[in-house]
Amino acid sequence: MNKILMSGNNVIGEAAIRAGCRFYAGYPITPQNELTEYMAEHMRNAEGGVFIQSESEVAAINMIAGAAAAGVRVMTSSSGPGISLKQEGISSMAAQELPGIIVNIMRGGPGLGNILPSQGDYFQATRGGGHGDYRTIVFAPGSCQELADLTMDAFDLADKYRTPAMILADGMMGQMMEPVIFKKPKPRQYPEKFMLRGAGSGKSKFIRGLLLDPVDSEAHNWKLARKYEVISENETRCEEHRIDDAKLVIVAYGTAARIAKGAIKRLRSHDMKIGLFRPITLWPFPEMRLRTLSEKVNNFLVFEMSTGQMLEDVRLALQGYADIEFHGRPGGAVPTPAELANVIARVYEQKD
Amino acid sequence: MAKIVFKHPESLKENIFHYCPGCGHSIVHRLVAEVIDEMGIRGITIGVPPAGCAVLAYNYFDVDMIEALHGRGPAMATAIKRCLPDRLVFSYQGDGDLAAIGIAESFHAANRGENISVIFINNAVYGMTGGQMAPTTMLNQRSTTTPAGRKQAVDGYPVKVSEIFSRLDGATYVERCAVSSPTGVNKTKKAIRKAFQCQMAGLGFSLVEVLSLCPTNWKLSSVDSCKYIDEVMSKVFPPGVYKDQTGQSGKTAEARP
Repeated sequence: MNKILMSGNNVIGEAAIRAGCRFYAGYPITPQNELTEYMAEHMRNAEGGVFIQSESEVAAINMIAGAAAAGVRVMTSSSGPGISLKQEGISSMAAQELPGIIVNIMRGGPGLGNILPSQGDYFQATRGGGHGDYRTIVFAPGSCQELADLTMDAFDLADKYRTPAMILADGMMGQMMEPVIFKKPKPRQYPEKFMLRGAGSGKSKFIRGLLLDPVDSEAHNWKLARKYEVISENETRCEEHRIDDAKLVIVAYGTAARIAKGAIKRLRSHDMKIGLFRPITLWPFPEMRLRTLSEKVNNFLVFEMSTGQMLEDVRLALQGYADIEFHGRPGGAVPTPAELANVIARVYEQKD
Repeated sequence: MAKIVFKHPESLKENIFHYCPGCGHSIVHRLVAEVIDEMGIRGITIGVPPAGCAVLAYNYFDVDMIEALHGRGPAMATAIKRCLPDRLVFSYQGDGDLAAIGIAESFHAANRGENISVIFINNAVYGMTGGQMAPTTMLNQRSTTTPAGRKQAVDGYPVKVSEIFSRLDGATYVERCAVSSPTGVNKTKKAIRKAFQCQMAGLGFSLVEVLSLCPTNWKLSSVDSCKYIDEVMSKVFPPGVYKDQTGQSGKTAEARP
């Protein structure tokens, strides 16, 4: 297979189309515009492909919900403020059990914030974001290759569990270029019984989210909760990097994890035994794996481009069994590996 | 052998309507179902009910349906129709749904000339939530949130949907009807049929506005509600065909990408 040099935003678009995505709706917002433009250009050549530049992010998420109900693989994308607008639709897709991919190329927040890479949307992504008892599968790719692989995987999982899934990257991931190999997508397995395509001569179907009877509504909530449990058991992913002899483990995801790898490389050359634990799924969070790691490592340093959000999940996972330090750069600030190396070295020397 | 001249529409389930006595939804539901029967399109019809009194429309229509969030029906219908261009796709919306929270979705679906049909129930009040001001509430009309009547100075003016939507180049057919009399009911049915035919012929966006009764929140009897539509509502929202380009050649779905 040939390697192709592409920017992150374009990689997501190409992976989606190869995975069989045939409906995309989106509204321009920086730093993810290249993805919307890529879909506009390339959906035209995909058989049955539909691209709509919607009037708003709210319309976009409801459009993909409609197309998902019609039985098509769907995707929308946005960044921070736009993802906030999509929350009603994401909650509704979870309720109506409609599969679909939401891409968040994070920028600085809160509010309009700025258009620089940031990781401040972790809570919103992993806690559901919208109203009600639901979860969204959240992938945090760490390279363009992972953007390709995980985008394809996200479509499969969204179908398998009939639930929305999110690709959570940031402006850095969206803009940077790397060589990518696109894997062969798996054939789609999504039963026709879940598709709304007209009753034909048979019984009519309906898809609803309003359950006025509390008996039905509670049962539906527990059904969703059981589904999320199955996802937690089976779909957790993480990467462990140089942890075998590590005395201090950095916990970071996405762009922050890339920076951490650069820092670790420098510090290892000075004989500091530092490793990286990188969650690839943020929900479900790989908490059991992290807890197991605390049996042989006592010191963790969480690094995020935020004021500390994943930090809470790390604390929940480690349950006080290990010391946790934190370094954060919120609001669109991106540290260099050298800066992070200094921070890590200071913590390492205190613990040593 | 006796000829059947009136029967329960096949596209309407036999469930008892939950609507209040005298409510216009029951009439319009029946009309939509009759048109679907007569056109023989039950198997290819997909309906999108709104948030509002008609949210449970899937309990009544015997066609495929997906409930939309408040105001988002036309966005959903747009997507369904684009994915399944040979199906008949209609959204069914109230005045809050279409002209307040969902004005953007409705306006832009019309402006894009989406080949869908919108059945728009205008009863000048929020029914489901208990009688608050709607975007179509008339000046001086009382509601639970305009206890002294709607005042232009603080509440603005009633939104005239057919007038506005008919001005959009993307709209092909826009008619306002009223279900306050047998003649009005017949006209409404004709308009719904025309809207669906417009869509089946690939001619583009159609909207049928129906001035509809809400005796409960108007605090009027059914008979007085009909009078209210004829004597008050119809003056602010005059019934009529606001746009009809169904006969014009050249306005086809070919512009669809």
